[in-house]
Order: sequence, then C-alpha cells, then structure tokens
Amino acid sequence: MSDSAISTTEHAPEHPPGLQHHFAEMEQQADSAKIGMWAFLVTEVLLFGGLFVGYGIMHARFTEAFASAHHHLDRVMGTLNTVILLTSSWTMVMAVSSARAGKQKNLVRYLTVTLLLAGAFLVVKYLEYSHKFHEGLLPGRFYTYAGPHLPEEFLFFSFYFMMTGLHGLHVLAGMIVISWLLRRAIRGDFSPSYYNPVDMGGLYWHLVDIIWIYLFPLIYLIS
Amino acid sequence: MNWLKSILLPAQGTAYAAEHDTFFMFIVALTAFFFLLITALVVFFVWRYRRRGDSPAESQVTHNTRLEIVWSVIPLILVMIIFAWGFHDYMNAYTAPGDALEIQVTAKQWIWQFEYPDGMRTVNEIHVPIGRPVRLVMSSEDVIHSFFVPSFRIKKDVVPGMYTDLWFLPEAEGEHTLFCAEYCGRGHSDMLGKIYVDSEEKFREWQELGDERTRTMPLAELGALLYESRGCSTCHSLDGSRRDGPSFKGVFGHEVKLSDGTTVLADENYIRESILEPQAKIVSSFEGIMPTFQGLLREREVKALIEFVKEQQ
Amino acid sequence: MADVASTSHPMAAGEPAATNYLKAERGFKSWIFTLDHKRIGVMYLWSVLLMFLLGGIFAMLVRLELLTPGKTIMEADTYNRMFTLHGAVMIFLFIIPAIPASLGNFVLPLMLGAKDVAFPRLNLASYWIYVIGAVFGVVAMVTGGVDTGWTFYTPYSTTSSTSVTTMTFAAFVLGFSSIFTGVNFIATIHRLRAPGMTWFKTPLFVWGIYATAIIQVLATPILGITLVLLMMERVFSVGIFDPRLGGDPVLFQHFFWFYSHPAVYIMILPGMAIISEIIPTFSRKNIFGYRAIAYSSVAIAFISFLVWGHHMFVSGQSELASAVFSFLTFLVAIPSGVKVFNWLATMYKGSIDLKAPMLYAIMFLMLFAIGGLTGLFLGALATDIHLHDTYFVVAHFHFVMVGGTVIAFIGGLHYWWPKMFGRMYSEKWARIAAVLIFIGFNVTFLPQFVLGTRGMPRRYYNYLDQFQPLHAFSTVGSWILGLGLFIVLGYLLASLRKRYDAPPNPWGGTTLEWTTSSPPIAHNFEHVPVVTREPYDHSPAPAPAPAGD
Repeated sequence: MSDSAISTTEHAPEHPPGLQHHFAEMEQQADSAKIGMWAFLVTEVLLFGGLFVGYGIMHARFTEAFASAHHHLDRVMGTLNTVILLTSSWTMVMAVSSARAGKQKNLVRYLTVTLLLAGAFLVVKYLEYSHKFHEGLLPGRFYTYAGPHLPEEFLFFSFYFMMTGLHGLHVLAGMIVISWLLRRAIRGDFSPSYYNPVDMGGLYWHLVDIIWIYLFPLIYLIS
Repeated sequence: MNWLKSILLPAQGTAYAAEHDTFFMFIVALTAFFFLLITALVVFFVWRYRRRGDSPAESQVTHNTRLEIVWSVIPLILVMIIFAWGFHDYMNAYTAPGDALEIQVTAKQWIWQFEYPDGMRTVNEIHVPIGRPVRLVMSSEDVIHSFFVPSFRIKKDVVPGMYTDLWFLPEAEGEHTLFCAEYCGRGHSDMLGKIYVDSEEKFREWQELGDERTRTMPLAELGALLYESRGCSTCHSLDGSRRDGPSFKGVFGHEVKLSDGTTVLADENYIRESILEPQAKIVSSFEGIMPTFQGLLREREVKALIEFVKEQQ
Repeated sequence: MADVASTSHPMAAGEPAATNYLKAERGFKSWIFTLDHKRIGVMYLWSVLLMFLLGGIFAMLVRLELLTPGKTIMEADTYNRMFTLHGAVMIFLFIIPAIPASLGNFVLPLMLGAKDVAFPRLNLASYWIYVIGAVFGVVAMVTGGVDTGWTFYTPYSTTSSTSVTTMTFAAFVLGFSSIFTGVNFIATIHRLRAPGMTWFKTPLFVWGIYATAIIQVLATPILGITLVLLMMERVFSVGIFDPRLGGDPVLFQHFFWFYSHPAVYIMILPGMAIISEIIPTFSRKNIFGYRAIAYSSVAIAFISFLVWGHHMFVSGQSELASAVFSFLTFLVAIPSGVKVFNWLATMYKGSIDLKAPMLYAIMFLMLFAIGGLTGLFLGALATDIHLHDTYFVVAHFHFVMVGGTVIAFIGGLHYWWPKMFGRMYSEKWARIAAVLIFIGFNVTFLPQFVLGTRGMPRRYYNYLDQFQPLHAFSTVGSWILGLGLFIVLGYLLASLRKRYDAPPNPWGGTTLEWTTSSPPIAHNFEHVPVVTREPYDHSPAPAPAPAGD
C-alpha cells in the first residue's frame, strides 16, 4: 500500500510571522495566494464578460439607437474618470514596490492616495448618475426621458447602469480592501518578507482599472 | 427489429418519420451492442477474477497503447457516422419544399391558433390534405411553446418576437396528436391539438362546411365538443370552480356582475358577444385575457356553444 | 507507510484516538467556526444530505402525482412547483456541492499529503455562503414557491408571479460558494502536494476534482451574470430577454446553457473520479491507462464549454450552429468512453472484492453506460428533434446524474466513511440496500425512455391514457429506490453509535489518505509524507495487508 517513506521534515518548529500553519514556507503561501487570486480574477473577467457579450449583441441589433443614446453620456466626465483610475493604478504599483522595499511611510502614503483617487472616481460617477436620474435616462421601465429618442434607447441605459453599476460596486469593494491594507500598513504588519496582501490587493485593483479601460470606449465612444 | 420499433416509437405519419426511424434503430442497435458488451465484461470479470482468500491480482499491466488507440478510434468513427447521418436527416426535417401549403400558427397560453392562406382560422386542430407538403410559420404571443407531433417526428420551438418554421408531408390519413413540448405554465400539459390528415376531397369539403360529423350533430352536443376542442375548458369550468375565466355553471339566465360595477343578464346575445368580442364586458374579479373567436367559429358553432352554456345549470 | 501508522498510531479496533479531528475540539463553536477542511467537509456532507432528502421528497411527490393522468394528489400549480423545486434543490443545493465540497473537501488534502486546503478561511466562507444560499432557497419555497422549471427559461420566468427573484438570488449566492471551492482546490492542488508528488503521481480523484474546479471557476460567473440579468429583468424590465421590449428570450438560453452544460460536468467528473479510486482498490490492481483517464478529465472540462448549443437544436438557432454543436458533442463522448474502457481493463485480471463501494462502482459502470449511450440519441440532430423535451431526456439525465453521480457519491461515501468517522458500517445491510437501489432506479427510469420515444413530453401534469402503465411502473420504482436510500441512511447513522472500529486502511487502498489514522488527526499526518511511488501501485512487494490489525 505504501507509496511514501517517512520524512524527517516535521512541522518547522517555529513559523515566521504571517505564515499559516498548513504551509511549509513563505514562498509556498505566496504562490498559493497568487494562484488563487488569478483564478478569482478570471471569474471576475467572465462575470463582466457576460455583460459585454450581451451588450455586444444588443448593440449589433440596435446600432442606431445605441449610437444615439450614447450622446447623452458626458465624455469629459468619462475621460476624467479614466485618468483618475489610471493614476490610481500607478499609485498602487508604487505602494506595492514600497512594501517590497520596506519603505513603510511611502507605502502608507501611496495607499492613501489610491484610496482618495478611488473615492474621487465614485464622486464623479455620482455626478454623472444624478444627471441621468434628473433627465429620466434610466434603465428599463423607469426610462422616462421626454426628449426625442428611438424606442430602444432605454436598452442602452439598461446596460449602461448595469455595467457601470457593477463596476462601481467593484470600486467600492476595492476601497474596502485598500482601507484594510492601509490599517495593517499603519500598524506595521508588512515587511519585505511579508507583503503578500498588498500584492494581492494590487492585483485586484488593477483588474478594476482594466475593466474600466474596456468599459469606457465601449460605452462612451461608440460612434 | 420491427417489433422493437413498434414498441419504442409511435406510428409513422410521414415519409420523414420512416427515414428518422431507420436512423433511430441504427443507434438503438449500436448502443445495445456496446451496453451488452460492457455489461458482459463487467459480469464476467467480477465472476472470473473474484477474490479468493487474500490473493493479489494476476497482473499489474498499466497500459497498452495499441488497445487504447483502438478503443478511442473505433468509437470516434462510429460517432462521426452518427453525426453525419443525423445532420443529413436534420436538414431534411427542417428544409421545407417551396410548394407547401402555408399555415400560420400562433401559440398562446394554452391554445394553438391556426390561420389558412384563405383566412380561415381554427383553434387546436387543423385539417390538411394528404400528400401535400405543409409549412407552418409559427410565433407565440406570450411565452415559449414548442410544436411537437410525435407521429411526424418533428418539433420546433414557438418563440415570441420571432418566426420559426416547420414542415411536414402527411402520408397517413387520420388523426395525429400535437403536443406543446416547452413548459409554458399551468395549462402546459393540456395544450394539445389534433392534426387531421384528410383525402383531397374530404379536405375541400371540410374547408367549406366543417366536419362531416359535426354538421349533423345536435347543437348542444356540438357545443360540448367545441368546449373541449377550442380550448374553452382551459379557463372555464363546468362545476363552478374558479379558473382564469368564470365557470359556465349556472350562468345562463342569471344576472352577471361586471368589472365596471354594472350588471347584465346572461342571455343569448350576451354569450354571443362574450365569444366574439370578449373584451366588451369583463366579469367582475376576472382579467380580460380571452382572445376573440371572431372568424374562428362557423355560425352554427356559435349557436352550438350558446346551447351548451344554456345547459350548464 | 505501515511504519508510520503502527509506530505513531496504534489504531487497534475500538481504541479511540485521543487527538482525532472529531475530538480535537469540543462544542458547537468548534464546528461552526472550524478551519479544518475535514470538519468543513463533514458539515457540507450533512447539509447536502439534508438537501438530498428535501429534493427527494419533492421527487416522490412528483412521481406520486404522475401515477394517474389528471389530478392524483395535487393541482397543476402545485405540481409545477414540485418539479421545479425538485430540480432546483437537487441541482444547486445537492449535486453540485455533493462530491467536491463534502467528500472532496475531506479527502483532497489527505490525498495530497497536505495539512489543509490552501485557504481554510475561504473554505469556511464557502460553506456559510452555501448555507445563506440554502436559506434564500427555502425562503423562496415558503413564499409562494417557484414554477418555472429549474432552467428559468424566459419569458416565462420574467412573467411568473412566483418567487423567481428570490430563487435566482439563492442560485446566484450558491454560485459564489461553488466558485470559492473551485478557487481553493485549484490553488491547493497546484501548491500543496506532498514532496515527491508530481502531477502524474497524484491520484485520479485529484485530477477529476481539478478538472471540476476549472469548470467551477470558468463557468459559474456566467451563470451569476445571467441570473443577475434575469433578476434585473424582473425588477427593472431592462429588456434584454423580453421580446416585447426588443430583447431576445433565446439569448437567455445561450447564457444559461453556457454555464449549465459545463455544470453537468461539474456534477459527473467528480463521480468518475471516485470510480477511478474505488476500482483499483477493490481489484488490487494498478489503474489501467492512468494518463488517458487524467487527460480525459481535462479534455472533458475543456470541450464542455463548446457544446452548450446542443440544448437548443429545436429552438430555431441556425442549422450550421446546430451542426457544429452536434459535432463537438460527439467529440465529448470519446473521453467518457475511454474512461469506461479503462475501468474495465483495470478489473481485468484483478482480484475483485465486491464490498459495498465496489458494488456501487459496478452499478455506476452499467448505469452510466446507459446514460452515456442514450446521450448519442440526443447529440444526433435528427433524433434529438423527436426526443427533445420528452421523457427520454428526463431518463437520460437521471441515468447520468443519479445512475452516475449519485451512485458514485454513495459509493465514495461507503469508501471513505471509515476514514471520515472511524467506524465500519454493516456490510450485509449495505448489500441489501445496494440491490434495492439498483432495482428501484431501473424500474423508475427505464420506462421513461419508452415514454419519451413514444412522444410523452416532460413537465406534463396531465397525460394521455396510453402512457399510464409506464408511469405506474415508474412511480412504483421510486418507492423501491426511496426505500433503498433510507436503508443506507439508517445503517450509516447506526454505525456512528458504535465505538471506533475502523483500521487506518480497511480496503487496502494505496493513496495517502489510507496512511493516516481513521479518523485522521487534526493536522492529518504525524509526519509530512514523501511520495516516491505511483498512486495505484498494488505490486505485491510491500505486503498490502491492512496495517494495524
């Protein structure tokens, strides 16, 4: 029955801080987290992928209505938000590299800026939404826009709100993650040998940015 | 194999059905062979290599490349044959010839409505002449239904917002059952219809006068027949129980309360109007969901239904 | 390995282990907050069994109603809820988590020689998300039920007045539970294999779970977004699936099956994986064609993403699309067939012991053969036109899901029960139950093939008189099947009242879970195992006598 021999590598007598009991070494733990994170990011991409496909099909079916509806969007605001998110991606990269280099103060600084930029993104989004609400440019049966429009324009707004709304939820989730990282960073949990959570948080934040990079031209710049 | 075919499959109503059945029985034979092979090997191995005492296995062979290739490639070839044959028959099943008699089909919870090219309309039954291809152009008014005639071996979904089509070349005179095969709610299992395949001569007669049988039937009896075949029974009970429409029990000759608060006496004119213009007067506490039967019923049939309602006291 | 067991753990029969995981900690909280994969597996096990019971009650009611045409015990509205809830509970709450989350959770780290899964907290979260999903499911049941069928086809599901929104939300939540399990297992298999355990030295159960996890991760988000769209459609009338607003109801079917067809493989791959464990052990023989079986699992996982359209041959999709989907569907038949032949070849010249787990493996071979072969009728375009949405599909699906997955699940439960709970069950009762289940299952579902070929559509409350004899057979069969399953539950529960009497390796298995005590200690192994041999090496050299007794 046997396919293994007794090993002398027992539990390491002492675990380095941050290493969970079921891992043998830090590298194994970090690798596992990375694989898990990537698998999770794939599910996120597919989650949005479903919406993108639905949007693509409806766009192909009602090209004119979609083109006409998208003029209601504010390109300046959209561009501003793109710039905000791109900048936040850069600050996140800097946060991760600060953590790796053990630059405690810089880590806190960059995480704070990232958090503020994420907040700014949501503020801009809020301004855009409230404008749409005001004009009655709402999804589905709540679409009450009074001006001239093609009958299927409400479909565009159905997608607009679902896609940007889902993305907005992800930004919000990202802010919670960054706040948590910030708290731990201030407490001094991270070191050059243990900064995996910052790394993972960074990966997640880049995904949120990348999805926006696809959303922006698809929704704001279709004509 | 004919005995097996007659157990497994309903009677054939079209030439396509025969074509389908040949293919079907080919897969039956093939799968039966593989099932018996697997079962025989399992039973034989379990008996022949049963553990005696504490004996180890006779062999520890772990692979045999040639064998593995054989049992991958042979099934692959067989399934490719099935694929190609299935595709060939599928195209026959779904490609209608150009000279077909075109009937419009509208499905709706839970009835089938048909309209002939000359404007004649029927519900839950059609008559078609033997030997002439029929093409059905189908759409739904509410949810998805599916047009399924087992004896023709054909089926296609009937979808709201788009047209789907289906065709058949009837070759067996008589009556064939139509089922709704896509779940569509409470009345799904009662959403049946009949396809009558008539001789050319009988078909023409039917077009003009309706059924031979119904032409001579007493009115009330004809009404009872229509109550079932035209789908009245889906919504109107005879025993006073509540369905989507008011029960027929005790309606005739009594006051009926309407949704606008007024009342009306249920006489012949009221019943007639309710059949032909159902939205005109809605009975209190019900929704106006009944379709009109204007053009769907011959004059005598309307009278028959009125007689039938009269009898339900 | 025998050394490890005998020196550190004298597991003589009846002698309780002081530190086994069941006793390592006490109290309610030590269970609900546990991070131990074994305890989470056990909690999942009882939860899915409870759901199996619930789904089973719905099934018995459905069968009873169908004993006669028209009303037997309930009205059409009730019947429609019953079959919908039977499907929804069995699919989302029982069969998807059944093998991976309960048996997989328990066995996978043991097989890998690991102390736990990669993310124990995520594992616990997955369980509680499952419970939350189940609670929403139950809320949907008691607040009006659901009458759409478990497939939630639009536009019926967007117009139904029943609790569709709550039920789809439940399924959405359950999807996350499934995703988290998948993510966890992928990372575990990649990074927590014992020293020396290369990919081709991992047991085939691990390969099966790995392939399953890939599908869980890649397909479930699509279901998630589909259900979100369905909820949005109901709440906001967003118009995507509503033909009156310009939407396309058939698009829902594409979305739904893009998940739900691969999901069928989420259900069957772990079942196949269990069979790949049981057959070598009870034949005392190395598995035949290890690599072929391993690769076939991965091949099935990938092709499964390309065949969803075979659910839609009669939906009005283009003939070309149908042809492509039919072709790919036939390709997926090959790896499944290859597995069956490999299992048979493993039994050839083995030393076969028909203990309870092997009985179920034998049953699996026959029933899955029928399930798989009848799939050929449905993959072929012409015959599918006739058989689509008839009882033939119902029978085919149940042969694969019950005859395949559930039988494998019960077999796996019998195989690992001594490991999980440290007790042996009554072999005599196990045989009686197995025979009843086999007979009951076939009497229930074989007649349904004929009902289908003769043209009886599925989801019918009422039916033509000509179909009654076969329906009566089927209903009587469901009683026999139900009785058999209750007997299984009875003797398994009875075994828990005994003292620990299971040796570490009661069957002579060769994989790592058999090298630790039964039940295992909290951290699984006294020493980290180092793997040098093939997973199913039954060669007589190191005497395969069960250690410890």
